[in-house]
Amino acid sequence: MSLINYLVLSGILFSIGAVAVLVRRNALVAFMGVELMLNAANLTLVTFARMHGDLHGQVLAFFVMVVAAAEVVIGLAIIVSIFRTRGSASLDDVNLLKN
Amino acid sequence: MTVTNLAWVLIAAPMFGAAVLLLAGKRSNAWGHWLGVLASAVSAVLAIGILVELLGLPAGDRASQLSLYSWIPAGDFSVDVGLLIDPLSVTFALLITFVGTLIHIYAVAYMAQDAARRRFFAYLNLFVASMLVLVLADSYALLFLGWEGVGLASYLLIGFWNHRTDYAVAANKAFFMNRVGDMGMLVAMMLMFASVGSVDFETVFAAAPGTNEGVLTATGLMLLLGACGKSAQFPLQAWLGDAMAGPTPVSALIHAATMVTAGVYLVVRSGPIFEGAPTAQLVVVIVGAITLLFGAIVGCAKDDLKKALAASTMSQIGYMMLAAGLGPIGYAFAIFHLITHGFFKAGLFLGAGSVMHGMNDEIDMRGFGNLSKYMKITWITFAAGWLAILGIPPFSGYWSKDKIIEAAFVGEGWQPWVFGLAAMVGAGITAFYMSRLFFMTFHGKARWNDGKNDLPGVEQHPHESPALMTVPMIVLAIGSVALGGVLMIGDGFTTWLEPVTGVAEHHEPVLPAPVIIIATLVLVLLGAFLAWRQYAAAEVPITPPAGSWLTRAARADLYQDATNETLVGRPGEHLTRVLTYTDTAVVDGAVGGLGSGAVGWGERWRRLQNGFVRSYASLMLVGVVLALVVVLATRV
Amino acid sequence: MTEQLVISTGETVLFWVLAPLAVLGALSLLFARRVVHIAVSIAGVMVALAILYIALEAPFLGIAQIVVYTGAVMMLFLFVIMLVGVDSVESLAETLTGQRWIAVVGGVGLVALMIAVVTRAAFAEPVGLATVNVDSNPVGVAHLIFGDYIFPFELTAALLITAALGALVLSHRRRLGRKLGQKETVEAKLAAFASGAGATSVVSAPGPGVYARTNSADMPAIDAQGKTLDASITTVLRVRGQVHGQADATAQTTRAARIASGAPVIEADREEQLGTSAPAEVSSPEQASPAVDGPEATPPDERPGEPSKTGEGDEQ
Repeated sequence: MSLINYLVLSGILFSIGAVAVLVRRNALVAFMGVELMLNAANLTLVTFARMHGDLHGQVLAFFVMVVAAAEVVIGLAIIVSIFRTRGSASLDDVNLLKN
Repeated sequence: MTVTNLAWVLIAAPMFGAAVLLLAGKRSNAWGHWLGVLASAVSAVLAIGILVELLGLPAGDRASQLSLYSWIPAGDFSVDVGLLIDPLSVTFALLITFVGTLIHIYAVAYMAQDAARRRFFAYLNLFVASMLVLVLADSYALLFLGWEGVGLASYLLIGFWNHRTDYAVAANKAFFMNRVGDMGMLVAMMLMFASVGSVDFETVFAAAPGTNEGVLTATGLMLLLGACGKSAQFPLQAWLGDAMAGPTPVSALIHAATMVTAGVYLVVRSGPIFEGAPTAQLVVVIVGAITLLFGAIVGCAKDDLKKALAASTMSQIGYMMLAAGLGPIGYAFAIFHLITHGFFKAGLFLGAGSVMHGMNDEIDMRGFGNLSKYMKITWITFAAGWLAILGIPPFSGYWSKDKIIEAAFVGEGWQPWVFGLAAMVGAGITAFYMSRLFFMTFHGKARWNDGKNDLPGVEQHPHESPALMTVPMIVLAIGSVALGGVLMIGDGFTTWLEPVTGVAEHHEPVLPAPVIIIATLVLVLLGAFLAWRQYAAAEVPITPPAGSWLTRAARADLYQDATNETLVGRPGEHLTRVLTYTDTAVVDGAVGGLGSGAVGWGERWRRLQNGFVRSYASLMLVGVVLALVVVLATRV
Repeated sequence: MTEQLVISTGETVLFWVLAPLAVLGALSLLFARRVVHIAVSIAGVMVALAILYIALEAPFLGIAQIVVYTGAVMMLFLFVIMLVGVDSVESLAETLTGQRWIAVVGGVGLVALMIAVVTRAAFAEPVGLATVNVDSNPVGVAHLIFGDYIFPFELTAALLITAALGALVLSHRRRLGRKLGQKETVEAKLAAFASGAGATSVVSAPGPGVYARTNSADMPAIDAQGKTLDASITTVLRVRGQVHGQADATAQTTRAARIASGAPVIEADREEQLGTSAPAEVSSPEQASPAVDGPEATPPDERPGEPSKTGEGDEQ
């Protein structure tokens, strides 16, 4: 067992999040995929912080969390307002840019 | 405050006149022509004032520069507008303003019936102003401004009656051929700037002796090209004959006395450059010799009075060019001949105009004859010009042309023989065609319809022209008779020009001078006699006879238009066609292909823009993976 | 620094327990159908990660993770899921051609690449945070945040405030007309009833059948004729198919309903005693009043054709 395992776990989680964004049509699910990717990145930061004996990684992870919180607030607000106007939370219905 | 410091008024007065006449429009119709005359006269008086002032100065102090303002200050390159007042430019200024004023006066009557007389005077004033800029400039750049100005005025005046298509075409022809020469001028200026870094006379001439001969030769040849365009010298001579489409005063002023001699002025003014480039000088002489013979031969066959005179002008300028190419020995004589020619040729043209005035604008000499009976003053003044151009002593032409022939015989090897003999033979041919012209017009049997005989053509009532026309002719005739002799008293004119043209060392011609003079006179008299026998003593057919091949060739201007057409026109057309095709097929094809290619690719790529966020996200993911693969592949 | 990081057996065990759990939870993102399930799974993943953070000598972050993600973010998600429709079930069928393949290939490629990089890279010997965490981890982190990172930290404050305001602006709905008072509302209702448009009753909707077996809101009330009353059940329940039919009621209730509907109860009782047609007893009311039971009788495991779109109105 070494710290590498954490990194591998982080990679797996990140990829699952990415694939979720691609395959799920529900905006909420895709958004959760994004959150998962952020968390995977945080895990990497924390792991490396431990590996290098340096707290800067943790501080950066902390800031990522703050930014993620702000992002979630805005993102969910957008989803809600889209849902209100279009009656759907499906990403595929939001394609007005096409034409 | 000296008169010389007022030299700018020389230019400003006619420029003002032109501006007023053009801007005031119809309001100035009533008095516009007199304003034009006044503007020109002011310049003439001022020029005389400057001359008097310069004559009062010692020879070395006669040149002065009058800097007006900074014109093109561009870093290292700066051109100031400045006037160069020296014997050469003042001589020209006098010729231009004096002859110009006479012709202005003449034109008041000549153009009296023309509705656009005011515009005509505006153009004439514009011409006088531009020509003065040309000769008074102290740099090639400013000279070029005047050069283009006279070109413009020439174009406007040749095409003055542009409702006739052939006249408009003639104007265009003159304009285009002048552009060829202008390219030469421009290239010459570029060469000067590249080698010397300046285009004002003082700097360029000071640097000329130390400059590479190749550069000087190239510059000289380019200047010659410009001079050929403006002065209708071989091979750019074709436009002058057609330029006779303009009103006769224009032909007299622009296409005989002044503008066409600008090329000679340019060569003489650029003397220091040509002296460093013997090859260029030789080319100048060759061009002069070819043109003088060319013009003379063409002149023999023309039945159109003005075109014959135009051919004569071409030929006479050939003499000047030849002299100018001979170096300091010839400069003064070139200018001298230019002055006398300016008088007698202007007089001849005005006489031709007077004949046309009296003959319902008839221009074909075969329809004239015996006019001396009806137009005494015209006949006498014309005779003065005729004798002057023949070079009969003591008329003006004798003093100037004979000196040129003499100078042409100076030198070593084959050159004096070839050029000297060409000049001498040219004098003989000149005598023939000028006499032919004179006799056909004023002597022999009348060949026009006077209402009693049954000759073809409209009924003619030849009459003398009004005083406004005859007085200038008389003044010019006096100049034709006496000017040459007066100026040559004690070599006055050459001495006067010496500060500019340099001191000519005296060389002996390859033949003794009296032999040359006598041989020339014999040839001239022979030519005149032949002309008398054929055109005064014998019957002149009204319809031109078929003539020998030489006559036919000369009637067709020695095929100059056909040659230009074949050598330049057709290849140019073909080149244009090829270029147009290349442009459409290759350039437009490439550009259009780029466009349609972009559209095609866009059509394909736009399918990626399907509006689905998840598609975009998948592209991002694929991109990230590919980028990672590339990075890692290069690392491993 | 010569000290070596030694990873304890406990941590190893912890990792091997939590890591598969986290991956399993994460996989719900790909395979689960109900959004609520996904959200709860992800919340679990967040908790697992928090525990791993603590194991990674980052207790401050671990706690923050729980507070921020599990406590705030995922709960916010749940709220929005409620707003959007908790019953919404997503079809997993792919509509974009090739999207799934691209996703699979891309995802697998990404995993492969990252694992390859991580396993092949030469890392320095792990140091551990023992020395820097001397004054406890939060103190160490605090020193950095309020020291080196004070300016970015202040910026995050601005960011959060902006985000809060942004959320307000985005979710704000402008009132288009005048606000209706109680009086106007009643008048509008009466007018609608009078014109026969929409409203079938001017009084309150009847309550659910609380007399029934489950004593709950999912049982429709019956009227005097024994018919079920649609209006007595909330729309949400009906849409979700969680409404009970009368078949689920007790025998007494059924009997009462049957009496009320005028069916021959006595004879049925007799037949019951004879033991002849027991099923008919249950099925007969349905046959007797098919129109009444129509939609409500849908069994709970059978889904309605379309997700509810009226949820919004109900919730607000």
